[in-house]
Amino acid sequence: MKILVCVTSVPDTTAKISFTDGDTKFNKAGVTYITGPYDDYALSRAVELKEKLGGTVTVLNVGESDSEQVIRKCLAIGADDAIRVNCEPKDSYFTAVQIATIAAQENYDLILMGRESIDFNSGVVHGLVGEMLGIPSLSPVMKLEIEGTTAKMTREIEGGKEDIEASLPLVLGCQEPIAEWKIPNMRGIMTARTKPLRVVEPVGDDLTITEKFTLPAPKGACKMIPAENAEELIALLKNEAKVL
Amino acid sequence: MSVIIFTEIDNGALKKSSLEAVYYGAEVAKMKGTTATVLAIGEASEAELAKAGNFGATKVLHANDARLATGNIQAYADVLASAVTQENAEVVILAKSSLGDAVAARVAGKLKAAIVSNVTELPDLSGGFKVTRSIYTGKAFATVEMKSDKKIIAIKKNAVSVVESGASAGVEVFTPALKDADFAVKVTGTHKASSTISLPEADIVVSAGRGLKGPENWGIVEDLANALGAATACSKPVSDLDWRPHHEHVGQTGIKVSPNLYIACGISGAIQHLAGVNSSKVIVVINKDPEAPFFKAADYGIVGDVFDILPRLTKAVKAL
Ligand SMILES: Cc1cc2nc3c(=O)[nH]c(=O)nc-3n(C[C@@H](O)[C@H](O)[C@H](O)COP(=O)(O)OP(=O)(O)OC[C@H]3O[C@@H](n4cnc5c(N)ncnc54)[C@H](O)[C@@H]3O)c2cc1C
Ligand SMILES: Cc1cc2nc3c(=O)[nH]c(=O)nc-3n(C[C@H](O)[C@H](O)[C@H](O)COP(=O)(O)OP(=O)(O)OC[C@H]3O[C@@H](n4cnc5c(N)ncnc54)[C@H](O)[C@@H]3O)c2cc1C
Repeated sequence: MKILVCVTSVPDTTAKISFTDGDTKFNKAGVTYITGPYDDYALSRAVELKEKLGGTVTVLNVGESDSEQVIRKCLAIGADDAIRVNCEPKDSYFTAVQIATIAAQENYDLILMGRESIDFNSGVVHGLVGEMLGIPSLSPVMKLEIEGTTAKMTREIEGGKEDIEASLPLVLGCQEPIAEWKIPNMRGIMTARTKPLRVVEPVGDDLTITEKFTLPAPKGACKMIPAENAEELIALLKNEAKVL
Repeated sequence: MSVIIFTEIDNGALKKSSLEAVYYGAEVAKMKGTTATVLAIGEASEAELAKAGNFGATKVLHANDARLATGNIQAYADVLASAVTQENAEVVILAKSSLGDAVAARVAGKLKAAIVSNVTELPDLSGGFKVTRSIYTGKAFATVEMKSDKKIIAIKKNAVSVVESGASAGVEVFTPALKDADFAVKVTGTHKASSTISLPEADIVVSAGRGLKGPENWGIVEDLANALGAATACSKPVSDLDWRPHHEHVGQTGIKVSPNLYIACGISGAIQHLAGVNSSKVIVVINKDPEAPFFKAADYGIVGDVFDILPRLTKAVKAL
């Protein structure tokens, strides 16, 4: 089983979001970067499958050199080697082209991704890569078992889930409870330092330009209703907020 | 150079989120001096589909091949790409959903089209084609210029305020060629909750957290939701503990919702929870702890015990 796991290096879920340079750049000052939480599920399942079925797990990130901290953590968790495409990935299509270009050079049985990045939240890179490679793409996958060359999966849909079967190779966007998040152990951290990390240059151009960022307007004060008059809330929602 | 709207059919009718996308698409078509065409895949009557006209579409292409019944992503993407070619469309609009996102992504791959998701407003066409999207799970917005010839836009709920026109659209049968390879993925079973209102579509959401103490207490949440015609949702620990199904979990790592009204009961308001609900129009928080962080993100708040407050609110709603 030859698995590629695509990971993002993203601001921690509690990070304060702000911008610099006239609201054109994300303010990295004081922000801790983590592996995308969904990408962590993808990696954990990949490592479990490798432990069970043998094979290799390669980690791929499209990002600048400061993503390497996240890449090393993925190696510590159990990936065998890593590739970084050296660029600032600003657009889903551009990111997908980088991933598809690498994947087309190798025959991966599985390409695992997160359901969505937690910075841009698009949930489209897996579909784009699947199309570019001419293989099926499915997301969000919450269960994945491999039997020979067949994958048996459960995918979440609005209000429920569906069971799916397809032949490898596949591109999948993962979410819980596909695996338990793995935490690197000491041995993993030591060996990660010497595992190969290849840096390649990007191909192609962006199809979009991000012009500027804005923050939402601050919330007004919360109107408190005393518990003894709780029923008044309903009248306020109807007559003042006009949402009933 | 028309605009195409990819819609979804649920129980023989166009989904509410799809109708919002139709309206959005029709507004974009107006700005560009062209017409809006709807693509509808699946079983629905002509009369039902003609209703897309009420939301601004002039024409509906109806693809109803029996093989399309299970929502096969690759086949849907081929149908949409054929429709784009036939209509010489420049812009494709859809409402974000598990099927829509997947189909749109593959079509973007086929057409070398820029794809922007979570769009929150109509585009600005005054200099290039610019859209505003929500990023960092609702914590910020980005203005993005789309440079490619073909453009795909996935809108977030409440991106436009719909105005119905009373018009009706012409419906045409659409039968693009389908490839066997499109059906390589087999859906072997579907498990759908029989509950009536889908969470991402709902205008009102009643959500509850660990403050409810256990799954046996959800009756008071469901009663309020039923009285309001609302969908139910929950915090992550509640679905992790299996008190509620995973598809009800909202937040940064769950479903993102933007209803008109979000009522949070016994939820502390952790930043990861807020990330999934902060684009709701009006937020109500009911929590017994006056220091709960959720009150800072709320429009209306009640400091009180959910076991006392919720049944009283249900009664007040029923009395309306
Ligand atoms: C100004 C700016 C600078 C950025 N700089 C970096 C950076 O230096 N390093 C970084 O990692 N990210 C960076 N990002 C994030 C960026 O790479 C997004 O993740 C990317 O644009 C895809 O977003 P999406 O919402 O379309 O992905 P989605 O479609 O939501 O992603 C789905 C899955 O695709 C895979 N995927 C997505 N993006 C990448 C990627 N970049 N590399 C590998 N797999 C990926 C992941 O498995 C992810 O879970 C930056 C974003 C911006 C706006
Ligand atoms: C990477 C990451 C991702 C995450 N993603 C998500 C996510 O997507 N969604 C999410 O929800 N969380 C997420 N979390 C978890 C989040 O940090 C919080 O732990 C979680 O939201 C807390 O859930 P809660 O409010 O139900 O429980 P608690 O924090 O335990 O809060 C319970 C609240 O109920 C109140 N209460 C208790 N009894 C009563 C009563 N009788 N009447 C009224 N009020 C009462 C209490 O005062 C308290 O405020 C994530 C965490 C991490 C680290």
